[in-house]
Amino acid sequence: MRILVCVKRVPAPGSRINITADGLAVDTAFLGFTTSPHEECAVEAAVQLVEAHGGSATVLTLGPAEAEEQLRYAASVGVSNAVLLATDGADWDPQRTAAAITAAITAIEDRDGVFDLILFGNESADSGGFQVGVRVARHLDRPIVNGIKGISVADGIATLERPTDAGQEVYELTMPAVAGVKEGINLPRYPTLKGRLASKKVQVATIEPSAKPGGQVLVRLEPPAELTTSTTILGNGPDAAAAVVDLLEELGVLR
Amino acid sequence: MSGAVLVVLEHDRGTIAPAALEALTAGRALAAQLGTTLEALTIGSNGDSLVADAESFGADVIHQAHHALLTDYNPEAWGEVVAQMITATQPAVVLATGTDRGNEVLAQAAARSDSAFVANCLTFEPGQPGDTFGVTRVRWGGSLIERATVDGTGAGTGTGTGTGTGTGAGAGTSIGTKLLTIAHHAVDASPAANPGAGTATVFEARLDPSVARTMIVARVERPAGVTLATAPVVVGGGRGVGSADAFTPLQSLADLLGGVVGCSRAVTNLGWRNHTDQVGQTGTRIAPDIYIACGISGAIQHWVGAMASKKILAINTDPQANMVTKSDYAVIGDLHQVIPAITAEIERRRAT
Repeated sequence: MRILVCVKRVPAPGSRINITADGLAVDTAFLGFTTSPHEECAVEAAVQLVEAHGGSATVLTLGPAEAEEQLRYAASVGVSNAVLLATDGADWDPQRTAAAITAAITAIEDRDGVFDLILFGNESADSGGFQVGVRVARHLDRPIVNGIKGISVADGIATLERPTDAGQEVYELTMPAVAGVKEGINLPRYPTLKGRLASKKVQVATIEPSAKPGGQVLVRLEPPAELTTSTTILGNGPDAAAAVVDLLEELGVLR
Repeated sequence: MSGAVLVVLEHDRGTIAPAALEALTAGRALAAQLGTTLEALTIGSNGDSLVADAESFGADVIHQAHHALLTDYNPEAWGEVVAQMITATQPAVVLATGTDRGNEVLAQAAARSDSAFVANCLTFEPGQPGDTFGVTRVRWGGSLIERATVDGTGAGTGTGTGTGTGTGAGAGTSIGTKLLTIAHHAVDASPAANPGAGTATVFEARLDPSVARTMIVARVERPAGVTLATAPVVVGGGRGVGSADAFTPLQSLADLLGGVVGCSRAVTNLGWRNHTDQVGQTGTRIAPDIYIACGISGAIQHWVGAMASKKILAINTDPQANMVTKSDYAVIGDLHQVIPAITAEIERRRAT
């Protein structure tokens, strides 16, 4: 089967996020970058499906030229084809992103055949728009369900599991289909040395995307209002136990 | 007068989602700001039971979308119903819950009506008619706030076509409906002070049979009991716990308090705990009476999942750890000594 995974390169912040002077982006001067977590799991899901059913997995991203790093990482864990929709690095809104990805998928499918399954992350770690996958699926007129933490494939049907507060929902989508995947669907593997070497040989097809901006426009980023917490130190080491239990009694959680 | 504020009421086979009451509360304030009415939409006849809730939160009109295919949640069918409601009633704003379902349904509706959709808003600055419609919204799970403007329906772009970034209430034939969700916990749900009687009206949706393709085909019900999302006490462990086995004392403490064990993303990535135990941006958002965070440094990914806790107690050897400096209470020390001491103290007091 043919599987496409769409991923996003995002900064990997530690305990603090700083904003650039113009307020339009995260200051990444001292940050590394990574694949957005849900999408890292989507890549693993694609690789596992190809291992089980044969075929090939392709990874696609829209982002700056440096996003080739995330494509190579996907290649190092088993993805065989990579596509970069290279932007100048500015933030693309969800409608524009979806239109560009749709155009690229259509062009690839016209040449190489339809993807049986397209996987997105449920939402990106940074902008969290919750919609690019849905828009692409709609443009392609394919079914999509989000929040997926289990995928199995048989007889042209993708069976998807979605955990909710009430339990678990099961969907059966006739392929070609699309799914928005969440972290927890699997535990992504680490690249092997052999995988890393192989990833250097994978050809990255670069496309210059063109799509008009959509209706959501970033004005500026701001830090959230700081919660003025002053931490009460209850004590040091095991001697603090009595003070902790006093607190639990005070809060009414000790029944 | 502008169109109404239409709140899409999330429910599960007739049981209203708590977030839907927050959306009604936020929608009521926005309707007052815009000088318009508050309306609500329930999807499927099993949602008819939500009328009383919608009324007590101030909805003037409750649209009840009916169709034989609307027997259960179905993202494409629900999104199509919302898109049809936009065409039929031309609301100024469609507001839904900033939850998995709410965001999914509005994404579907936006894709179908070819319009912008802004997820997880915190505040609205609608301005005067014709002004730019401003919002603030969540980024990075709440670690950053984005100030944005949004165009309504008809101003969006299709594949390769579009009208650019013009702002305002929509031009020409566009309706200008804004599609928004309100972040969960951004407002506290509160009923209307003087609710009137709402008018319930049935909306006969016209659904193509093809929307059945995203119907739920089976369900597995969760056994009763506290979950990470609902537990009154969560005892969380981070990398500092040291191993999968070393979570046993945390489990004992959680059991004593009627709570559950949580963990950081580092722990699930190490394979020490199942992902279902993960507290964080890509795990579960918790809101217990107290969160006891043990050996957790407090990376943003974890903090945003824990920050809705009413109180946080950090146990850490590092007094400068982010988790310690952001928490209400802290014990500076080795969790492997502190937690058994707490457990022993609880047992000692219970024995007397």
